[in-house]
Amino acid sequence: QVSVALKEGRVTPTELCQRCLALIKSTKFLNAYITVAEETALKQAEESEGRYKRGQPLGILDGIPVAVKDNFNTAGIETTCASNMLKGYISPYNATVVQKLLDQGAVLLGKTNLDEFAMGSGSTDGVFGPVRNPWSYTKQYKEKSVPKFHSEDQESNWVITGGSSGGSAAAVSSFTCFAALGSDTGGSTRNPAAHCGVVGLKPTYGLISRHGLIPLVNSMDVPGILTRCVDDAAVLLGALAGHDPKDSTTIQDDFKPFELPDLTDVSKLSIGIPKEYHAPGLSSEILALWSKAADLFKNAGAKVVEVSLPHTRYSIVCYHVLCTAEVASNMARFDGLEYGHRSDVKDSTESMYAATRREGFNDVVRGRILSGNYFLLKQNYEKYFVKAQKVRRLIANDFVKVFRSGVDILLTPTTLSDAAPYTEFIQEDNRTRSAQDDILTQAANMAGLPAITVPTALSERGLPVGLQFIGRSFQEKQLLTVAKWFEKQVQFPVIQLEEVKRHDSAVFQHQKSASFS
Amino acid sequence: QKVSVEVLDHLEHLALVDFRDSEGVERLQKAIQFADQLHEVNTDGVEPMDLVLEDRCLYLREDDVTEGNCTKELLENAREKVEEYFVAPPGNIPLPKLEERETFLQGS
Repeated sequence: QVSVALKEGRVTPTELCQRCLALIKSTKFLNAYITVAEETALKQAEESEGRYKRGQPLGILDGIPVAVKDNFNTAGIETTCASNMLKGYISPYNATVVQKLLDQGAVLLGKTNLDEFAMGSGSTDGVFGPVRNPWSYTKQYKEKSVPKFHSEDQESNWVITGGSSGGSAAAVSSFTCFAALGSDTGGSTRNPAAHCGVVGLKPTYGLISRHGLIPLVNSMDVPGILTRCVDDAAVLLGALAGHDPKDSTTIQDDFKPFELPDLTDVSKLSIGIPKEYHAPGLSSEILALWSKAADLFKNAGAKVVEVSLPHTRYSIVCYHVLCTAEVASNMARFDGLEYGHRSDVKDSTESMYAATRREGFNDVVRGRILSGNYFLLKQNYEKYFVKAQKVRRLIANDFVKVFRSGVDILLTPTTLSDAAPYTEFIQEDNRTRSAQDDILTQAANMAGLPAITVPTALSERGLPVGLQFIGRSFQEKQLLTVAKWFEKQVQFPVIQLEEVKRHDSAVFQHQKSASFS
Repeated sequence: QKVSVEVLDHLEHLALVDFRDSEGVERLQKAIQFADQLHEVNTDGVEPMDLVLEDRCLYLREDDVTEGNCTKELLENAREKVEEYFVAPPGNIPLPKLEERETFLQGS
C-alpha cells in the first residue's frame, strides 16, 4: 500500500523517512535500535524521491524504510553484534542482502538490537541493554495485565521481545520501519516475530546469501525476514533470494521472485500436525489456538493429519552441541589484531588474545566457546560432535519421511507461551532459556527447511501469539501462499501503542494498516 | 563425572577464554550433562550429516582475480599497525602455566 502511495505521490520518500525517524526517537524507550543512520537514510530518501519524480522507481522497495539487525555488515555504519568486542567497528563492506536492499532503493534507517552475537532467546543479553516489547505499552496489554500493577510499576512490568532478533521485531511491530532483516539460527527470527505480533520468515538454507552476516553456526544460519504481513515477506524474499558467488553455500538454481496468489480452495492441501510439538511447558492457551487453527483448515476442506517426528526432543540437545562447536570455531577470529576491541596487554600474542577475549565477550559467549571446545576435544569428538551430527541426520530424515507421505505443510506453535515479563525471564540463565524457548523452532534449522510464523491471536494477557508453518525445502511459494490464506482467516488485531499515539497521531493514522505491497 | 582441572586448564588454553569464576565452570558441567542426553539415541549405521545441502555439488570458478586492492579499508579497523602491517606482540611466548597465570582455576 505504501509503495503505491509513493508511486502516486501521495507521500514522498523523504516524508516517510522523516516520520519513521521521528517515531524511532519517540519510541527510544523500546531500545530497539543500536545505531540510527539518520544522515545516510535521509540522503537515500532524497535519491529515491528524485527517482519517483522522474517516474523511474527501482521497484516496490524504492523509498521504503527498513532496518537491519546489527550482525549484518553495513558499509560505513558501525556493526557491533551488541558486543564489546566489536564496539567501534565500522564495516568496510555491505552484506550481500544489505546491498540488495540498497540496490532496490530501500532506505536503511539503522541497525537493530540483539542478544550478544545472536546468542539468546530474549534479546536481553546484549551490551546495549534489553529490547522492550512494544506490546508492553499497548492498551490491550495494560487492560488485561494483572490490575495490581499501578502506573508506577508500569516500568518494571514490560515484557521481552524474544530473541535474538528482538530489535528488528520491535522495530517492525512499532511501525518505525516497514521491514527488517534478522538472522535465524535456532529460531532467532521466528521467536521474536511471534512475541511481537509480526510475520517472521526463515527461508530455506542456501536460498539467501550469508555473505556479510557475522556467522554463528555456518551450517544453520540464514538471514531472516520480518514484516507486518505475508505479502511483504514475499516481496522481500523476491529481492533477496538467489545465488551469490560470494557465498558458496547458496544454491545455483535460478530463483524467480513470485507474487502470492489468493488461495481460495484449500481442499487439495494436506496439513501435518506433529504430535511431538505438544512439548512439555506448552501453555494451554497456545495449545487451544493450535487446535483451532487445525480445525480452521479442516473446516475449509483441507486434509489435516497427525504426524510424528520422533526425534524432535533430541533436536535441542543436538543443536546445543553443534552450535557450541561451530561457535567455538567462528569466535576464534576475534583476537583484536585486525578489527574490534584490543586489550592493552603486550606480553605475548597469546596473552593479548586471551585478555582481548576476556574483555570483549560476555558470559554467554564465553560459556558457549568453552563448551564447544570441550565437545571438540579429541577424546570427546566422536562421543559428542559426531554423535550430534548423526542425530542431525535422523532429525532431517524425520521431516523427509513426513513430507514424502503426502503432507504439504506442517502446522506447529512457534513459542511455548506469550512473552514473559523481563523480571521473570532473567531469573534463569541464557542457556536454560534458549533450551526451553528454541524447542519448537529449532528443528527447522537442523533440517534447513523454510518456516514462517504468522501472528494469530492475542493471549489472555493481551500479548501476541503466533503459529508456525514449516514447508518443504525451497518451496517458499507454497509455504507463503498457505500462510497468507491463514493470515486472512485470523485477522490479527493492529497494535494500539498508547504513549506514542498521543504525539504522532498523524503519522500513526497513515501507517496503522500500512504494508508496502 | 566432574571435569578435571587439567581439562579445564587445557580448554582455557585452547579457547584463549577464561572461566572467570565457579559459575563458568558450573555452566560447562551443566552443558555436558545436557549434551549427555544424546547417548539415548540409537545411531547405529547412521552417517554424520555436515550440511543439509550435501546432495549438491560444490562448484569451482575460474581462477581469476576479481576483487582486492582494499588494503586501506582493511587496515582502518585495526588498532595497532605500522605501514601495511598489523602489529602483534611477540608470538613465540606461550600462555603462562596454570600456577603462574591469573586464573580462577588456580584455587581448584
